[in-house]
Amino acid sequence: MIARLVLNGRPREVDVRPNETLLELLRDTLGVFDAKEGCDEGVCGVCTVLLDRRPVSACLVLAAGVRGRAVLTLRGLERDGGLHPLQEAFVKHGAVQCGFCTPGMLLTTLAFLERQPRPDREAIRAALEGNLCRCTGYTKIVDAVEAYVRGHD
Amino acid sequence: MAPETLDDALGLLRRHGDEAKVLAGGQSLIPILHYRLARPRVVIDINALPLADIALDDGRIGIGALVRYHQLEESEALAGRCPVLGEAARLIGNVRVRTLGTVGGSLVHGDPAAELPAVMTALDARIAVASASGRRAVAAREFFTGPLTTALAPDEIVTGIEVAALPAHGAAVEELSRRAGDFAIVAVVALVSLDRRGHVEEARVAFGGVADRPVHARAAEDALRGREPSAETLARAAHAARDALAPPSDAFVSGAYRRHVAGVLCRRALTRAVERARR
Repeated sequence: MIARLVLNGRPREVDVRPNETLLELLRDTLGVFDAKEGCDEGVCGVCTVLLDRRPVSACLVLAAGVRGRAVLTLRGLERDGGLHPLQEAFVKHGAVQCGFCTPGMLLTTLAFLERQPRPDREAIRAALEGNLCRCTGYTKIVDAVEAYVRGHD
Repeated sequence: MAPETLDDALGLLRRHGDEAKVLAGGQSLIPILHYRLARPRVVIDINALPLADIALDDGRIGIGALVRYHQLEESEALAGRCPVLGEAARLIGNVRVRTLGTVGGSLVHGDPAAELPAVMTALDARIAVASASGRRAVAAREFFTGPLTTALAPDEIVTGIEVAALPAHGAAVEELSRRAGDFAIVAVVALVSLDRRGHVEEARVAFGGVADRPVHARAAEDALRGREPSAETLARAAHAARDALAPPSDAFVSGAYRRHVAGVLCRRALTRAVERARR
């Protein structure tokens, strides 16, 4: 089967198995490793990508079902080869330890801020409750998002 | 297979029957495939079908089977006419599930602890069903027949649901789960309308997580009808609802605990629903 998608702004057409997930397509065929494989059941959030600007678990999307829509992975956030300001905030506030959850945290945050640009700390925590982190205890991640939001005020 | 019309989808389903699974948002089906709990020969992807609209007229609300949970959360029209749908949708899974998961998918999956089956039971929704031989509507209160089991025949598809708009009802959803995003240990949906004297005109209550299917709590509704909704009355109604339950134990919680929690959450939901009905 043919899967069509616009990956980080670039249209792609790739031959896939009917049961191939978007995550398998990204990692195994296209070499896009910024979406990680974690639980493979949609719970952990490390395979988060944005599908038409909304977060999805790439492990729970069939590649052939993308049907030409826009898929954004972390590397699609790069600005002229540099980090996105939200990534800078994560670095500055120590919100990255092992880094496995970070792509999902960043993409989930950006999709959330598009709909709610001035969230308080509680709202940030609620927005990220579907993304698991086993290092930071979340505090520094929420700090980083808060600082990023304040920087945009 | 990805049919583009309902007739094509129904034809495929008639032809492949038990060997086929229907794919909508995929947020239950794809994990089931990953676990090898089902190995369908054919997957019929219905996402191209025109079943993704929310239609409002004459006090009725029609919701297509492919309406996503985030649409329930974000629809201003629904917020004004039937806010319980948005409140319940916000409690479903995680944000990624809510991007893709569908109203029809939640209902046909029929998880006894899921939010929407309980909401549809409380709302007394009509579930629209189609097959190659025709259409029918099934009352939500008769649709769920057991754990992950519904009245849907192998060649049938849910095309949407219809409910009465209840703008004057105060509504609340309460649930307890072990972790954010988990299925509920107990979920309760309560809707209350008040008459001019401030007495309960109508109450609707349903539980998820307490049996092999959603439970319509008639005992609580009867205990409230026509009464002044004092704290004592609401507590009595919640106890009546609780006492009618015999929830199962599982690896995490006992049936007795579940029953206790059902009573507590029911009282909270009724209290909040009454506060909202007064506004």
